[in-house]
Amino acid sequence: MFSAGEESLLHQAREIQDEELQRFCSRVSKLLQEDLGPATVDALQRLFLIISATKYVRRLEKTCVDLLQATLSLPTCSEQVQVLCAAILREMSPSDSLTLSCDHTQTPHQLSLVASVLLAQGDRREEVRRVSQHVFTVLESRQPEGPNLRPLLPVLSRVMGLAPGTLQEEDKSELEGSTLSVLSAASAGRQLLPQERLREVAFQYCKRLIEQSNRRALRKGDSDLQKACLVEAVRVLDVLCRQDPSFLYRSLSCLKALRGQLGQDPGSERALLPLAQFFLNHGAAAAVDSEAIYQHLFTRLPSERFYSPMLAFEVTRFCRNNLPLFDPQLLGLLKLSFPNLFKLLAWNSPPLTAEFVALLPALVDASTAVEMLHSLLDLPCLTAALDLHLRSSQTPSERPLWDPSLRTPGSLEAFRDPQLQPLFHYLLRTKASGSTERLVPLYQLLQPMAGCARVAQCAQAVPTLLQAFFSTVTQVADGALTNQLALLVLERSDALYHVPQYQAHVHRVLSSQFLALCKQKPSLVLELARELLELVGSVSNIQSRAGMFTCVVWAIGEYLSVTCDRRCTVELINKFFEALEALLFEVTQSRPSADLPWCPPQVVTVLMTTLTKLASRSQDLIPRVSLFLSKMRTLGQNPATSSVYREEDAEAIRTRATELRALLRMPSVAQFVLSPSAEVCQPRYHRDTNTALPLALRTVSRLVEREAGLLPG
Amino acid sequence: MVHAFLIHTLRTPNAEATGFCRVLYSCVFGAEKSPDDPRPHGAERDRLLRKEQILAVARQVESMCQLQQLASGRPSLDLQTQICDEPVPLHESPHGVFGLAAGDPFREPHTVVWLGVLSLGFALVLDAHDNLLLAESTLRLLARLLLDHLRLLTPGSSLLLRADHVEGVLSRFLPHGQLLFLNDQFVQALEKEFSASWPR
Repeated sequence: MFSAGEESLLHQAREIQDEELQRFCSRVSKLLQEDLGPATVDALQRLFLIISATKYVRRLEKTCVDLLQATLSLPTCSEQVQVLCAAILREMSPSDSLTLSCDHTQTPHQLSLVASVLLAQGDRREEVRRVSQHVFTVLESRQPEGPNLRPLLPVLSRVMGLAPGTLQEEDKSELEGSTLSVLSAASAGRQLLPQERLREVAFQYCKRLIEQSNRRALRKGDSDLQKACLVEAVRVLDVLCRQDPSFLYRSLSCLKALRGQLGQDPGSERALLPLAQFFLNHGAAAAVDSEAIYQHLFTRLPSERFYSPMLAFEVTRFCRNNLPLFDPQLLGLLKLSFPNLFKLLAWNSPPLTAEFVALLPALVDASTAVEMLHSLLDLPCLTAALDLHLRSSQTPSERPLWDPSLRTPGSLEAFRDPQLQPLFHYLLRTKASGSTERLVPLYQLLQPMAGCARVAQCAQAVPTLLQAFFSTVTQVADGALTNQLALLVLERSDALYHVPQYQAHVHRVLSSQFLALCKQKPSLVLELARELLELVGSVSNIQSRAGMFTCVVWAIGEYLSVTCDRRCTVELINKFFEALEALLFEVTQSRPSADLPWCPPQVVTVLMTTLTKLASRSQDLIPRVSLFLSKMRTLGQNPATSSVYREEDAEAIRTRATELRALLRMPSVAQFVLSPSAEVCQPRYHRDTNTALPLALRTVSRLVEREAGLLPG
Repeated sequence: MVHAFLIHTLRTPNAEATGFCRVLYSCVFGAEKSPDDPRPHGAERDRLLRKEQILAVARQVESMCQLQQLASGRPSLDLQTQICDEPVPLHESPHGVFGLAAGDPFREPHTVVWLGVLSLGFALVLDAHDNLLLAESTLRLLARLLLDHLRLLTPGSSLLLRADHVEGVLSRFLPHGQLLFLNDQFVQALEKEFSASWPR
């Protein structure tokens, strides 16, 4: 619908030059003075477009601006022209060149138009207060047969929203009188103060609305209105009870009937949220057991209506906004319900990712952390499962909620396969189960769905959520949990649902988080020695997760030392050394029997550096390492290695090997550089020129240069 | 309270990034107090900021709409053939809601409710605690009124030079950004009054 013609129109409006614009302004001024008919309307429409089409200010002639303002107060002038004048002035705002005031307006409608312009000025000259005072004056002096003042009420509402204090400055009795007449509810009869009377009438009105809400509306459009009114009525009752707790008893009896009703009618769940809010705010005072409502909210709603974007957002927001109000029991229920809440996220990831990043810290708990991490990593899998769930449960006549362009008969069959039921059942569970299931069998079966846009969108959100998870969990995790999480990270890096690019992004996050865990708990490497040895024992692990592998090897080099954990023995260091040495051999030393396996150059250098670090701690190993490093000098210089490593990478490796070898010639320096004690890492150590590390490094590099000069080739 | 209402272009999800997301109409209902700014031209900077905030919202709505279209596998907007006089089934149009954090782009946190109809996006920027259900139905009502009254589905028709019609609709159905509870009968009466007093 947006055509080239419209694009060109916008372009013209933007590009109009100053001179031409001023000529046009003169024309508009002339029209405003002489004729207020169709030609004027046309010209004003064009002027509006010119002003609104650009974010930069357009200077209009003063005469023109004055006439636009004056037209707003003309007694006889079509609404169309006045609306356009107001719109133009508003589009120019905020502006210092306006001299508009409420004083000359003749009707409430004109006052409303002028107010719309004045309120758009950003309150630079107390426009809000001036408008509100004028409106109050008009309301106070209203005549029984005078003009309809309804147009002023929205202005009043806006003013109160912009500057709540203005109401305090005025005598409120007249204002409340007007509001009461708008409500036009039956009078309470007794003599009450205006404030009390307003509340009583409001209560009666809401009560009536709630009672009428279970009657069927005659027209479809009215049933939507009914639901909106119900939501609003409950919200107003909530406010009333907060202002005056004496309303609580009557409100509760009114809402009791509503509770039973909700949940029957499919459209009515939206009202569940303000109801839950009410009980959250007042339930304790009323000694009401609202457990059932929260169960409904956290358990039934997400699993039954996860596909409704509005409901999903509202439930998430409810949780987010009310966290400070949740008592420990409710908070516990919320935490246990995380698998269910994740359904909302899995299905509606673009709008809900930011909400969940904010909510996640409250859901993380030491007792469910492991299960939660698995769930986060399997979130795209959950999206696929929800899709299949909808496909298999929705009747054909209903409009499909899933992606009809994707045909997945194989996956659907798998979903219905009784043998796989336990796994799908686990994936779609509503509460944390306390145990974990390996979903690997599902990945293959759900592969056809990995190309589905919704699954891909969910996959894109996961890295962000993982960061949020880890930044919270590290604060509550004890030593044992840290170990579990680290193991999980290692294990899952090789077991992920294959959505395009998902693995790469997740690996990046998991690698950096693994390092963060090690940094937080340096003894991690030692405590997980068995698993880590297994990991570095196989070259296939390099290929499947190179980034992760690099981090693990680096962590071994950093943290496998007595300074990090006193239990570190020479035997252990030697064991790791041997495993790493064997691996390095496999990827760099060519043999006649097999081709060299693919290996990124970073892995080679980190292996070399780690071996050197280990040798600096167990100095018997130094000769072995030095020998190996000298063999590295020929890397890339024979056909076998040059086909696997590019020349620049090979050269970098050779240079590093030389540097490390040089370092090992001075074992105590090597130890200092490669395994610095904690004090050395303090900045102070580096600023003090007498003891500093830079001094040591400078010395070493000078030695290395000399060494290099002595070496042949 | 509604902070702003906007209408903007929606491009199809799979189109190459040709052209821009254009704001076709926007109305900010009463601006928050401008921060004290001693430098000159403060008013102009405020206006610039406002325009950019609205454009930022439009872009986000477009992006959310495109993502939803892709996720639900609906045919792209271009391919949808729409017979001009048939009423658009707005209940089935893509729609959604998302949050705007404080400072991004408005000072206060807000919520955006949006609706996509063919290649037009309609959006309401709300306070964080507004009645979402009411906002949703108001937005649908506004879209329906504008599509009908301006015959926006007829090829060649545009709202660029008919801002007064939009203003007329807003002044009756969302005056000063006030969400109204209107029953069907009342809406029809208002609509009739509007059609009568507004030449097409």
